[in-house]
Amino acid sequence: MTTAPYLIVIGGSAGGLQPILNLLPGLATSMQAAILIVLHRQSHYESVLTELLAARSRLPVREAAEKEALMSGTVYIAPADYHLLIEADHTFSLDDSEKVNFSRPSIDVTFSSAALAYGSNMTALLLSGANTDGAEGLMDVHEAGGTTAVQDPATADVDYMPRQAIQLAPIDIILQPAEMAAFINGMAGV
Amino acid sequence: MSRNLISEQEVSLLLNDVLERYGYDFTDYAPASINRRVNHLYQIDRFPSFAEYRYRIITDSTYALRFVEEITVNVTEMFRDPSFYQALRTQVLPVLATYPFIRVWHAGCSTGEEVYSFAILLKEAKLLQKAVIYATDINAGVLEKGRKGMFRLSQMQQYSRNYMEAGGREDFSAYYTANYEYAKFREDLGEKIIFSPHNLVTDGSFNEFQLIICRNVLIYFNKTLQDRVLTLFSDSLEQLGFLALGSKETLNFTSVTRKFKQLENREKIWRKVQL
Repeated sequence: MTTAPYLIVIGGSAGGLQPILNLLPGLATSMQAAILIVLHRQSHYESVLTELLAARSRLPVREAAEKEALMSGTVYIAPADYHLLIEADHTFSLDDSEKVNFSRPSIDVTFSSAALAYGSNMTALLLSGANTDGAEGLMDVHEAGGTTAVQDPATADVDYMPRQAIQLAPIDIILQPAEMAAFINGMAGV
Repeated sequence: MSRNLISEQEVSLLLNDVLERYGYDFTDYAPASINRRVNHLYQIDRFPSFAEYRYRIITDSTYALRFVEEITVNVTEMFRDPSFYQALRTQVLPVLATYPFIRVWHAGCSTGEEVYSFAILLKEAKLLQKAVIYATDINAGVLEKGRKGMFRLSQMQQYSRNYMEAGGREDFSAYYTANYEYAKFREDLGEKIIFSPHNLVTDGSFNEFQLIICRNVLIYFNKTLQDRVLTLFSDSLEQLGFLALGSKETLNFTSVTRKFKQLENREKIWRKVQL
């Protein structure tokens, strides 16, 4: 088994769960990429979230575990109350240091860390939210040669986060929720 | 890149400097997190260049200490993961109660919030008098804070909630007195705690224990160092002693897996079943 050659990281906050639920059923099982979801939430709903997403996905869904290698065709969820980092050897690391943008997991932390590890072989997609998390990370993804995508703020439950990102970071594509699954499949070589 | 000004190679150089000059070994830490911390310090201390950062660390031992203290993570809270403390209370304390004398090692204790939490559990089980808790950390600054037993008053509401979720039935506020913006915890809780420096990377075992608690420390180590530290813990535990880890840490796929059996719940507590 080899680790995933490509990575797609999806970051969401308030209003970010719905687009994720919508795109999951459309993901192709043949994809040559790992999917990683960083969602702000209360730590209490931990196991419920994994089950909720797994019920909508043909790909296996599980919580990212420390030192675990990122595998193609798997959907990983960043555990609550930890930052999730990616090592150069394409394994996960957890970090329980200070919150960033009042958030742990922070989308910025994972985007930036993934940019270092995956360079141009990644896409970062930022969804609805009431926070400024994600924008700086998108800049790092862009600078490392990765692709940056943002949910169309007009379609977001809370448009502050995608608007901030569009203002601050170079964005390659702005997506409607209905386009997201096909976009991800395309980036993942399907 | 905007947020990663120092490369992984440069971070390695710094870590080697710190090892050679000061004896602190971070070379087996998981790189992603340590890179982030080293870069963060570089930015908040506003160094104009990597060369100046490196020069300061090599030549200024006081600053080197700051470097060591800042790149290690010291985020903690009282009764963190209440269900874990519930499990300690209901499944581990009754076993510890059968010993004439209880020795506990809390490794990587940071500023001591979790140590005081455990002392409260022992107190309520009427076991504190026959116990001693060795609370250790690599970072001398956080140990000093732990010794004082003073934590931010603004956190107490959250800690009180955690305490109750962990099965606490007393009035949590009776354990401390408010003093300006700090809560000073009762002297009798601290009396049985020995705060002492210990470096898991370079220091060995110093006693035999019935319980070792080490939470959210191993996540910062690479696989090799994790195995080494787990062997140290295993060698420092009595037969049938307990090892308690953080909620995302595991003994699966490690060098000591076969020596331990996990308790039958979802908490990260193992029992040493084989010498």
